[in-house]
Amino acid sequence: MALTPADVSRIAHLARLELDPAESAAMLVQLNGFFRIVEQMSAVDTRGVEPLYTPLAAVQAAELRLREDRVTESDERSRNQASAPSVDDGLFLVPRVIE
Amino acid sequence: MPLHQAGVAALGRALATRQVSSTEVVSHLLGRIEAQRALGAFLQIDAARALNTARSIDERRASGQALGPLAGVPIAHKDIFVTQGVPSTAGSKMLAGYQSPFDATVVARLAHAGCVSLGKLNCDEFAMGSSNENSAFGPVRNPWDTARVPGGSSGGSAAAVAARLLPAATGTDTGGSIRQPASFSGITGIKPTYGVCSRWGMVAFASSLDQAGPLARSAEDCALLLSAMSGFDERDATSAERPPQDFHAQMLAARAGASPGTPLAGLHIGLPREFFPAALAADVNGTVRAALAEFEKLGATLIDVSLPRTELSIPVYYIIAPAEASSNLARFDGVRYGHRAAKYSDLLDMYMKSRAEGFGAEVKRRIMIGTYVLSHGYYDAYYLQAQKLRRMIADDFQQCFGQCDLIAGPVAPTVAWKLGAQDDDPVKAYLADIFTLPASLAGLPGMSVPAGFGAGGMPVGLQLIGNYFTEGQLLHAAHAFQQATDFHARTPRGFE
Repeated sequence: MALTPADVSRIAHLARLELDPAESAAMLVQLNGFFRIVEQMSAVDTRGVEPLYTPLAAVQAAELRLREDRVTESDERSRNQASAPSVDDGLFLVPRVIE
Repeated sequence: MPLHQAGVAALGRALATRQVSSTEVVSHLLGRIEAQRALGAFLQIDAARALNTARSIDERRASGQALGPLAGVPIAHKDIFVTQGVPSTAGSKMLAGYQSPFDATVVARLAHAGCVSLGKLNCDEFAMGSSNENSAFGPVRNPWDTARVPGGSSGGSAAAVAARLLPAATGTDTGGSIRQPASFSGITGIKPTYGVCSRWGMVAFASSLDQAGPLARSAEDCALLLSAMSGFDERDATSAERPPQDFHAQMLAARAGASPGTPLAGLHIGLPREFFPAALAADVNGTVRAALAEFEKLGATLIDVSLPRTELSIPVYYIIAPAEASSNLARFDGVRYGHRAAKYSDLLDMYMKSRAEGFGAEVKRRIMIGTYVLSHGYYDAYYLQAQKLRRMIADDFQQCFGQCDLIAGPVAPTVAWKLGAQDDDPVKAYLADIFTLPASLAGLPGMSVPAGFGAGGMPVGLQLIGNYFTEGQLLHAAHAFQQATDFHARTPRGFE
């Protein structure tokens, strides 16, 4: 099952990536080339196999740690915003969303 | 011996006995780095701060303070680690000029140990690649042949250490990004067990695979660095909870039953038959087999084992890693940090254009693959199936470790290729990752050890893979090999 140009534009939209026509065309060929090597995966019978989402779960119980509920960070707003493209008075600026 | 030929351990000793000062070593290496800019290894050179740090360590030493074995030793960081005061770019236009408000845990720990950082090292964009050609800031050249790639994604780290610009550097390995550049550049690198080094402050690529580790000239130097950079960190939810490790002591500990001539007596090394396919380049096969014969002479026993899903690890990895990458890279929206397009019509258009302009071709491909395999209707067939196969791959390793202590084979199917050789087909580069991906998927520790030279005089690395948390045993075996051989000490011509 090969991807179509419509699939590529749908995925690009989901990924919030603007692709120009030449990029979309190249992407279609490359993705289809890639999914050809993926097909061998579907031939394997994995019924009853537990997925391994995090590798150490293969050898030990994967537990999520909880930390104490206390303030550990100080206010670093200006440093945290130092690399923001557009800020004003401590706020991140974006194009108008609500008219 | 010129200062730039001294490794981490030797420099540490010379500094401790005050045969040389950190200021002298740092100045000497800064001069070499400046003279070798054409290699493309460095993205940022932090000369003024490095000299200040070196001076203050020299003063502390002069005042009689007890300092550790790394105090005053120069290093540099792969530009995937965020650093305060020096831009952190991850090799991407998206993060050009980005100033981090904090240091990565690995960076902070090495600084605490007294390492002097000389700057930031080039890498593939967001660590996605195996040739360093995907950096937005230009490629890195291999010191053994500047027409060839140094490997990737930690290509700047590998080239800088091979060219004697640094005794050691940090790197990260998601699917082979420490081991493969170490192999291509003729140096030693170790990717520890997942969870050994904190991922806090490592720009995230694939969170269930990313691990930090050192690249240096010897196993001993790697052991010293790894001891300082590893350890539990509560800021990383997947950090392994265990006491600090002295990998150097573990490396030196003699095996029961070992003798001076046979330090590896009793060690069983498994050779997966799938790691020696007919398609393996003859020079790599010959070099790796010769190195394994040396391990036999040192007392090790070689046995045949099987990792039947080695080839499947390619699609499994290239589903899981892009899936995680597409989620991690969703944060780059042109709002809080990173590139923002100059022209756009509305918020959605701003996201689409900022990301289109900020990301390079390989990153876009992986975001597209990841978004697709996680999308409605495809999740079970691709992502879930890949995670089940990942479990089977991890189980295959445990089968092997029932028969052997270590697994060995080549790091890569060929020596380093020429710049531009794989431009036409990204899948070709994915296929070349075949031998490093299985250990990454299982979360196992792996090393690349210089094993000799292949076609064109290019270095060949031997891969050693251990069971979970057996870095000490890996380093011990590599160290024994390096005591008997000198491949790791060879210097590329022109960089002596």
